[in-house]
Amino acid sequence: MPGEHAVDKDSPDRSAVRSLARLWPYVRPVRGRWAAAAAVAIVASCLSLVIPLVLKWMVDGPVAEGDPGGVWLGALYLLLLGVAEALLFGFRRWLVARPLAGVEARMRADLFRRLQRLPIAFHDCWASGQLLSRGTTDLMLVRMFLAFPLTFLLVNAVTILAGFVLLLSQDWTLGLVLLTPVVPLVVLCSLFETKYAVVARQAQDQVGDLTTVVEESVLGIRIVKGFGRHRSQALAFRELAERLRSTELAKARLLAGIWAFITVVPELAIGAALVLGTVQVADGDLSAGTLVAFLSTALALRWPVESLGFLLAMSQEAATATERYFEVMDEREETPGPASPASVPETPAPVADGVRFEGVSFRYPDAPADAPPVLDRIDLHIRPGETLALVGGTGSGKTTLTALVPRLHEATGGRILLDGEDITLMERERLRALVSVAFEEPTLFSASVGENVLMGAAEGAAEPELRRALGVAQADRFVAALPEGAATQVGEQGLSLSGGQRQRLALARAVVGRPRFLVLDDPLSALDVHTEALVEAALREVLRDTTALVVAHRPSTVMLADRVALLSQGRIAAVGTHHELLRANAEYAWLMSGEGAGEGDGETYGKGNEER
Amino acid sequence: MTDATTDPFDRDDLPVAPGATGSLLRSLLRAHRARVALAALVLLLQQAAVQAGPLLVAYAIDRGVPAFRRGDHGPVVAVAVGYLLCAAAAALLQYAFVRGAARINQDVLLDLRGRIFRHAQALSVDFHERYTSGRLISRSTTDVESLRELLSEGLQELIGVVLAFVYIAALLLWLDLGIGGVAVASFVPLYLLVRLYQRRAAVVFAERSTAIAGVIVKFAETMNGIRPVRAFRRERANDAVFAELNHRHERSNGDALLEMARYVVGSRLVANTAVAGMCLWGAYRVAGGTLALGVLAAAVLYMRRLYDPIDRLGMFLNSYQSAAASLAKIAGLLAQEPGVPEAVAPRELPAARPGIPGREVVFEGVRFAYRTGGEVLPRFDLSIPAGQTVAVVGSTGAGKSTLAKLLARFYDPTEGRVLLDGVDVRDLSTPELRRGVVMVTQEAFLFSGTVAENIAIGRPDATREEIEHAAKAIGAHDFIAGLPDGYDTDVRKRGGRISAGQRQLVAFARALLADPAVLILDEATSSLDVPGERAVQRAMDTVLAGRTAVVIAHRLSTVEIADRVLVMEDGRVIEDGAPSDLVTGEGRYADLHRAWRDSLVG
Repeated sequence: MPGEHAVDKDSPDRSAVRSLARLWPYVRPVRGRWAAAAAVAIVASCLSLVIPLVLKWMVDGPVAEGDPGGVWLGALYLLLLGVAEALLFGFRRWLVARPLAGVEARMRADLFRRLQRLPIAFHDCWASGQLLSRGTTDLMLVRMFLAFPLTFLLVNAVTILAGFVLLLSQDWTLGLVLLTPVVPLVVLCSLFETKYAVVARQAQDQVGDLTTVVEESVLGIRIVKGFGRHRSQALAFRELAERLRSTELAKARLLAGIWAFITVVPELAIGAALVLGTVQVADGDLSAGTLVAFLSTALALRWPVESLGFLLAMSQEAATATERYFEVMDEREETPGPASPASVPETPAPVADGVRFEGVSFRYPDAPADAPPVLDRIDLHIRPGETLALVGGTGSGKTTLTALVPRLHEATGGRILLDGEDITLMERERLRALVSVAFEEPTLFSASVGENVLMGAAEGAAEPELRRALGVAQADRFVAALPEGAATQVGEQGLSLSGGQRQRLALARAVVGRPRFLVLDDPLSALDVHTEALVEAALREVLRDTTALVVAHRPSTVMLADRVALLSQGRIAAVGTHHELLRANAEYAWLMSGEGAGEGDGETYGKGNEER
Repeated sequence: MTDATTDPFDRDDLPVAPGATGSLLRSLLRAHRARVALAALVLLLQQAAVQAGPLLVAYAIDRGVPAFRRGDHGPVVAVAVGYLLCAAAAALLQYAFVRGAARINQDVLLDLRGRIFRHAQALSVDFHERYTSGRLISRSTTDVESLRELLSEGLQELIGVVLAFVYIAALLLWLDLGIGGVAVASFVPLYLLVRLYQRRAAVVFAERSTAIAGVIVKFAETMNGIRPVRAFRRERANDAVFAELNHRHERSNGDALLEMARYVVGSRLVANTAVAGMCLWGAYRVAGGTLALGVLAAAVLYMRRLYDPIDRLGMFLNSYQSAAASLAKIAGLLAQEPGVPEAVAPRELPAARPGIPGREVVFEGVRFAYRTGGEVLPRFDLSIPAGQTVAVVGSTGAGKSTLAKLLARFYDPTEGRVLLDGVDVRDLSTPELRRGVVMVTQEAFLFSGTVAENIAIGRPDATREEIEHAAKAIGAHDFIAGLPDGYDTDVRKRGGRISAGQRQLVAFARALLADPAVLILDEATSSLDVPGERAVQRAMDTVLAGRTAVVIAHRLSTVEIADRVLVMEDGRVIEDGAPSDLVTGEGRYADLHRAWRDSLVG
């Protein structure tokens, strides 16, 4: 289950405060505004404490003296205080609105930037839904935390303190009565906080799991329909949704409990104060105005105290969100590699030496220690201008090997040289500019056909390059037939193209920049025979002066290459021309014709190859 | 594939019948009517308990004090007991309400999530191709989430606020008509403010939701295509595009917050002015001796409470706005008729003839056109006898896949019928149809879970032996056995990296396990190497021998095993015959075959 990783992250010493403190670098640029807003909020909040004092003055003054004219002044004061309070609260919101939207945006941009630069191995382990929820919901929670709980925890604390000072100064016995519930409330709140944190995190992760099921059932809709598995998918979904429901109910139980306590405890204290106050007024120890003001102040404090519960809950959720955010942000980026040695003028001009693999080994960073490496001491030389086909059984590591050249994965042993230069000593940018790749799964982005293809070229490439590349991939005709030609939008937000069409555009993208080194991973698999033949003919021209590594599954693709390397169980088992290997290597013959090791009849392939 | 310019799909704006949003909400709540009523009653009582406090204050000042001075402690004791009871009742009812409301909310959400999910699964493949996965995902996640916010926080808040308004206004009117009158009068400007805010916020929220959708699409697309992003050094260009989208969202987000600030200032001003007015009136009357001091005290306490929740009302309006937008989108999705509805009165297939596991397929006067009008397959008739293997070839867009999808009932024909042993496929229940027809496509998607579970999708009740047997028959056993946990390897976890070719083998094992009478292979061998392709052919000759098969392939090697070849062009079958006959002729197939031969020898 994708949510499992959540459990072991809940180490006992995790603390909401420590998580939230990590937000500081983002808050720092807006700290002035934020502090001003908090100060304004405190002033506004304390103004509301002054209102009862004005009331007291009215009750004990003009009202007690039966002076109707005198109350006008009191009412005027109240009005002024009210207007000031309203404006200050609005001012506070105005102060932070833009800056906090900015904080959210900055954090999101940083996340995006970081994710784009994390190793591919990281992306292999993380579902994009989990990453997306960090970039949206979690950041929204953080923004809301900065806007409300963070400010109001401070504001309410100050207000409560000021209120109690007022209460105690008016009548210290009554004040003390009201003060008593603070201790149990604080204890309960912190108890609640720890419990709530666990459930909140659980709920967030379960939402992630649910998202994954939705995502998969949509992406795999043809399989679900093709096998009539709606029911079982719906059951799996229901199970997860019900699990989420019970977590949410557990959350609600906790919330209900804390709210009930937060309601009852202060209410009881106010009740006690009322009874005591009444007795004191009756005894003449207290003026009626003071009692009214006192109770009014106490009630004014009720909201700040009551809100502590949900403010803490929000903070807790924000802490979990922050934690989830930094879980990703703490991952280490790919290093950009040393700057290009342009500053060292005596570096000899690169010798045309092609691609060299020297003792290259690879194992996935998350593979168990006892698993054999995917690639084991690979030695291979692709001569300049040569095209080498890489052939191997299903899962022999061909795609992995191609990923090592542009350093999408890092070789764990040995080194790879491009024209004599170790790729780990090159700047990644430069390396990836030198090496162009067409992937097995052709991905198009939400952009026009032209933009998608020109991604593979240097800045400034335009129409002629585009036309040439589309021509090589035999994509020019279908592109011209699109509603807006090469300007047609494709990808998630545009026209959907067939697998073969996408593959041809991906191929065009790989060749558009006339790269020095070309890596093609089974580039023609989705093409129909006719198109494949045309593409091959055009590709041959491109390959003539490019050093290329081509993963091939079938003889027709192998024919593009000058030589073939056979990859078997993570090692290069043989290198030679197609015909040499066909004659000398049983595994190769089997892979290319299905004969030999397998018991198939294979007359078509056999004949086709023997004719040569 | 469809006319892109005026399609409502492109604007993420499916047509909704007027009132559909409201009726969706009603239908969600209908099942819980009794519990909603009970929750409302609990809240009613809770508010009564909460609002009793100031009345007790009035009673204590006006009756308790004089009585106590006379030596009568009764009223003070009554106040103490009353306060205690009210506090306890308020807390208990609060507890009951929060839990009860949460239960209703969660049941509604469960229901809604299920409805979206089931409906999305029921909608045709055609719909999915146009609606795109991203939108469906955001319907069932972010849109449901905003409804969750409305239900769990907003609605509770709204009921509480309305109840408090009604209670307090009534109490104030009862205490003193003048004070109550001011309170009631203040509702008019407050109402206008709320309406104004709602109108303005709707615009801002619409912009914000469009902006965040843009951010999400860019984000998801980049993460899903991270390899090409890296290989083609798109990072900086993406950063720039993302920054722009993100900035647009930042602006609209800020606008939304500012709109809220405006509302808060306005409503607070009204509230505080009203409080000052009420105090003036009350104090004036007490000073004049026409009102008891205790009543004034109670009124003042009530006034504070009256306007306390107006900020929260704003928050409610916030969540209401975004939930309304989300619900409208969900309603639009749910209003989509499944293009391929389940049979109302399902029929069974006739019993299989002994010795012939395959079934006869007949296309009877079938025509297919997209709803937007583009005709893909003009009217045609085609009959495939039971047990025959038919290869369909032709260039991209010739209509091969459409033919296959009609047979698999991913689409329904615009005219005519597709018959399986004489039964219209539209009359078959889903399980019966899938026992009859299974389609393996080019995209071999794996679900999270183990390899064994992925194969078992073909037949969920299959034993481990049967699963392994299927994998062996297709030549997938060796690589699966070599995975860290063999058949129990989680395909999404460490060590679970499975290549495209291996995924296609798993997809085949799935189909073998399903053991259908009719098997459709739509480019299903594109990523296989030659031995893999051989294994598939072998399996079709042995395990699947006698099944009717429709094979769409680019590779003529696959075609060679067919009993019959159909060459398609522009939606029409232009050649039909045994491969050996066609290859000797001068038609399209002979051309293709020559091209293929040439590609083999280079």
